[in-house]
Amino acid sequence: MYSLLSTQNLSASFGSTQVLKNIQMDFDEFTVSAIIGPSGCGKSTFIRCLNRLHEEVAEASATGKVLLQGHDIYASDVDPVAIRRKIGMVFQKPNPFPSLSIFDNVAIGLKLAGVRRGAILRETVERSLKLAALWEEVKDKLNSQGTSLSGGQQQRLCIARALAVEPSVLLMDEPTSALDPISTAKIEELMTELKKTVTIVIVTHNMQQAARISDKTAFFLLGEMIEYGETSELFTAPKDQRTERYITGRFG
Amino acid sequence: MQRHFADYIFRSYRKRKAINALMCGLLVLAATLAIFPLFSVFGYVVAQGYSALNWEFFTAVPKPVGEIGGGMANALLGTCTLVALASLIGIPWGVSVALYLSEYGGKQGRGRFAGVVRFSADMLSSIPSIIVGLFVYALVVITMRRFSAVAGGLALGILMIPTVCRTTEELLRMIPEHIREAGLALGLPRWKVILWIILKGSRGPITTGIMLSIARVSGETAPLLFTAFNNRFWQSGLDQPIASLPVQIYTYAISPYDDWHRQAWAGALLLVMLVFAMNLLTRVVFNSGGNSKKQGGN
Ligand SMILES: Nc1ncnc2c1ncn2[C@@H]1O[C@H](COP(=O)(O)OP(=O)(O)OP(=O)(O)O)[C@@H](O)[C@H]1O
Ligand SMILES: [Mg+2]
Repeated sequence: MYSLLSTQNLSASFGSTQVLKNIQMDFDEFTVSAIIGPSGCGKSTFIRCLNRLHEEVAEASATGKVLLQGHDIYASDVDPVAIRRKIGMVFQKPNPFPSLSIFDNVAIGLKLAGVRRGAILRETVERSLKLAALWEEVKDKLNSQGTSLSGGQQQRLCIARALAVEPSVLLMDEPTSALDPISTAKIEELMTELKKTVTIVIVTHNMQQAARISDKTAFFLLGEMIEYGETSELFTAPKDQRTERYITGRFG
Repeated sequence: MQRHFADYIFRSYRKRKAINALMCGLLVLAATLAIFPLFSVFGYVVAQGYSALNWEFFTAVPKPVGEIGGGMANALLGTCTLVALASLIGIPWGVSVALYLSEYGGKQGRGRFAGVVRFSADMLSSIPSIIVGLFVYALVVITMRRFSAVAGGLALGILMIPTVCRTTEELLRMIPEHIREAGLALGLPRWKVILWIILKGSRGPITTGIMLSIARVSGETAPLLFTAFNNRFWQSGLDQPIASLPVQIYTYAISPYDDWHRQAWAGALLLVMLVFAMNLLTRVVFNSGGNSKKQGGN
């Protein structure tokens, strides 16, 4: 029995600067894993390695293995495009596509993948927006621009957009850092609901958030994974001194 | 002492206010003078050309030399043909180069070759248009052994490339990188992200830029003089010389006949209105598709 997603000796660099060093982690199916750590420690870089988005940055490179259901997604015969279809991502800043309607923002992943049937698209859009807890707010204005929504609504639109292509893993890079407490609460609530169908890896700066929503938590420091374990244990009885100092707010 | 200080404050504030008023006045004056040429040119052309604008002018071809009457229908159609040919060449070419520069040119367009291309485009846009005409003359007219619509269209098309390319590139760059990443993260290949999300996302402003460059070349005269040449009859084929409004205006204006002078003014009026209409249409397009510019920023 292997985990849904795992990394082996994963290292990443920008040019000649190494920012991730030999990361080993396993993510089990239908769990929420949180990644915490001080700014610049490589959290974003790490999750961007998981869907091979890291390599799209100029001069960025990664070595090691990332296994999805036991298959190395960095193997030379694997198409990164196919991988990203399976491993979706939500970014820190809400980024709906400009000039596209709410409907098209959600439908575009399927549309551009060749799905033409209107009924299927409508059904998917409705289901994804409901999953993202946005349906009630936008069902009467699906044709208005995605960018016309509020920041919190835009972020939920981005979540719906990512869910529409039915990924098995959803990566979230500080999805609530730009949002107010109410939108944040909505998205947190949503995650507990989502984990029935997808596996979530979330980066967060908010330790209360990590404690509230995640099953397991990892602490990163200077490109290394210091500690990874059950969330309740990591926050109450950290094994590493550095973790303890970070979560008690004594550095970082 | 107190008194003295207050005096100083009030006096210096009065002085600053006076200078402020003077400078604002100068700026308003400059702005007013800037729109003055446009309105005086337009007013003058209307006054001079209005009387010769009639049905015949729009429907007839020129009469033989010496006969009164005839029109510029062939030149009007010719200008439309030339502009269409130029667009067919200039738009896809310019947009392709822009896509290369903003999306592919190594390190998000900061590669060395991209720099050379960008510099060349800027150089090309500052080359006098008559030189481009000469180049096409040497390349096409001499090889084909005749003046032709194709040669004229090519000359105008080449003139369109740098403006289309540079405005499109600027607009594509206004779409932030994380929008592209969001597209990639959906499992879409890069070319689909570029065509259906990035290009489509800025289609309003890009159309505006393209329309303005079309308006620009539709009034070009010099590059047509020895490429498209002129034609006193209806055009008979794209490999034949073709009439155009600017060249017709030029030919009539330097002729010794009063009737032709009147027609030259009417042609000028028509050309100005054509360009005006195109700019106006652009505004409409821009304002309806223009939300994208306002909101596309984040
Ligand atoms: N595009 C880039 N080019 C070069 N170096 C980069 C780039 N992006 C990030 N880095 C470097 O990589 C390191 C890790 O960055 P990363 O964005 O992964 O940090 P992070 O943990 O997500 O920080 P934050 O919490 O502030 O988002 C940092 O030292 C950063 O300077
Ligand atoms: Mg980050």
